[in-house]
Amino acid sequence: MIPFEYVRATDVAGAVAAGAAPGAAYLASGTNLLDLMKGGAVRPTRLVDITRLPGLAAVERREDGSLRIGALVRNSDLAHDPAFARAYPAVAEALLSGASAQLRNAATAAGNVMQRTRCPYFTDTGSACNKRRPGSGCDARGGETRLHAILGWSEACIATHPSDFCVPLVALDAEVEIAGPAGTRTVPLDSVHRLPGDAPERETVLEPGELMTALVLPPEAAAFAGHSRYLKVRDRTSYAFAVVSAAAALRCENGRIAEARLALGGVALKPWRAREAERLLAHRAPDEAAFRAAAEAALAGAKPSGDNAFKIELARRLVVRALSHAASGTPERLPALPGSVFAPAPEAAHV
Amino acid sequence: MSVDIVLTVNGTRRTIPIPDPRITLLDLLREGLHLTGAKKGCDRGQCGACTVLVDGRRINACLALAISLDGAEVLTIEGLAEGDRLHPVQAAFIAHDGFQCGFCTPGQIMSAVGLIREAQAGQDPERIREAMSGNLCRCGAYAGITEAVLEAQAAMSPQPADMSPQPADQSQGEAA
Repeated sequence: MIPFEYVRATDVAGAVAAGAAPGAAYLASGTNLLDLMKGGAVRPTRLVDITRLPGLAAVERREDGSLRIGALVRNSDLAHDPAFARAYPAVAEALLSGASAQLRNAATAAGNVMQRTRCPYFTDTGSACNKRRPGSGCDARGGETRLHAILGWSEACIATHPSDFCVPLVALDAEVEIAGPAGTRTVPLDSVHRLPGDAPERETVLEPGELMTALVLPPEAAAFAGHSRYLKVRDRTSYAFAVVSAAAALRCENGRIAEARLALGGVALKPWRAREAERLLAHRAPDEAAFRAAAEAALAGAKPSGDNAFKIELARRLVVRALSHAASGTPERLPALPGSVFAPAPEAAHV
Repeated sequence: MSVDIVLTVNGTRRTIPIPDPRITLLDLLREGLHLTGAKKGCDRGQCGACTVLVDGRRINACLALAISLDGAEVLTIEGLAEGDRLHPVQAAFIAHDGFQCGFCTPGQIMSAVGLIREAQAGQDPERIREAMSGNLCRCGAYAGITEAVLEAQAAMSPQPADMSPQPADQSQGEAA
């Protein structure tokens, strides 16, 4: 880890001023940042510690029915907040599907959104990576690509965004509050992460110095509480990133789907909202034919970026299963035990 | 430039100079305070051998900057026992052979203490295993570890509201 200057911010304006300097990075719990700094993949020369900023560690239920999640709310606190898990069960399920208990106790809501890809060629400083060093090439192309992107990738970058949390959030139209040198703004979470194109080094729409201060779930997001699931397929039972994951949320009326939300994880450099699939599901009966049509639509543009063609069919099947489980209702016990192909518990043997 | 921070470590409040902001909590504990119970396994948050409680919550000490934890309460494996009287989780690990070589054991035990405080897993072995998945054991003592956590949890009355480091004597008489 290269030496850096440590700055402890006491208010948002001060943090933004200190964070706008070249080479600066924001430090919350640091679970991803320190890991990358130890390996040399990320080399900030100034860390702006935002953990003491006032007002950013609260979950606030607003009168209009929206929910504001402060940037510094810990993953585990949010997942185990009973009212939160009841209203947004797929989000709680996704949170508990990610990382380990130790990491969830430290990691923050904003840190989860802003975490970097786990592409090993990005992490390994001996490999060419257009994201880490623009124009240097991509050693992932032709390399070990089992877990790489099948949607939205480019010749310059085939990495994926690793978050579980973001997948149901993007399905539920979450927004992100951002403070910056020019004031504050709110952008849809779906617009925060950029697809790689020919500039994979530009990962998000946040400009230098901009600081994510909160996530907001709109009032409509709680309407899916009765029919929501997050399913994650991974290479081991627990503590592994998604090979593919899916968040499915349905609003049902009179035995039909009034409105559907669907997003995929582990498939692209952003949480992947499947809007065409959602459109096909609206006003249909929640049956296998509808779910299969949705799965086809969700993966219509998919193509392998290497040895990962299997992920396309895997994702289709996971979409069908996530929609089926959502249709049959959110589990009684919340948050649900994250699923595993190896799980002996019936409630968790869903993938 | 050295900066002083204040940490309460195993119940003792101390002012500690931090000569370099790169120092992690794990390196501070091991190299600065000579508390070598927390182990440096992977140093990248993957193995859990460095698990300690900070403000009552289990975290990976290798992925926390000490300077950022100014004011925190830290509980390590060295602070669990009351003299020769073992903490119920320590006793249960011995009773159930929850280890072989012992390298991961301080992290396993601190993780189990954190898990019991979280009071989320209940008596479901599958949830215990899920909640302990951040601690790897190369000897494969997982079966004994799961049994030990279940027994210790049953022996200790859960105190989810108490997030401060818990002196071992609070569980006095409760260990079966």
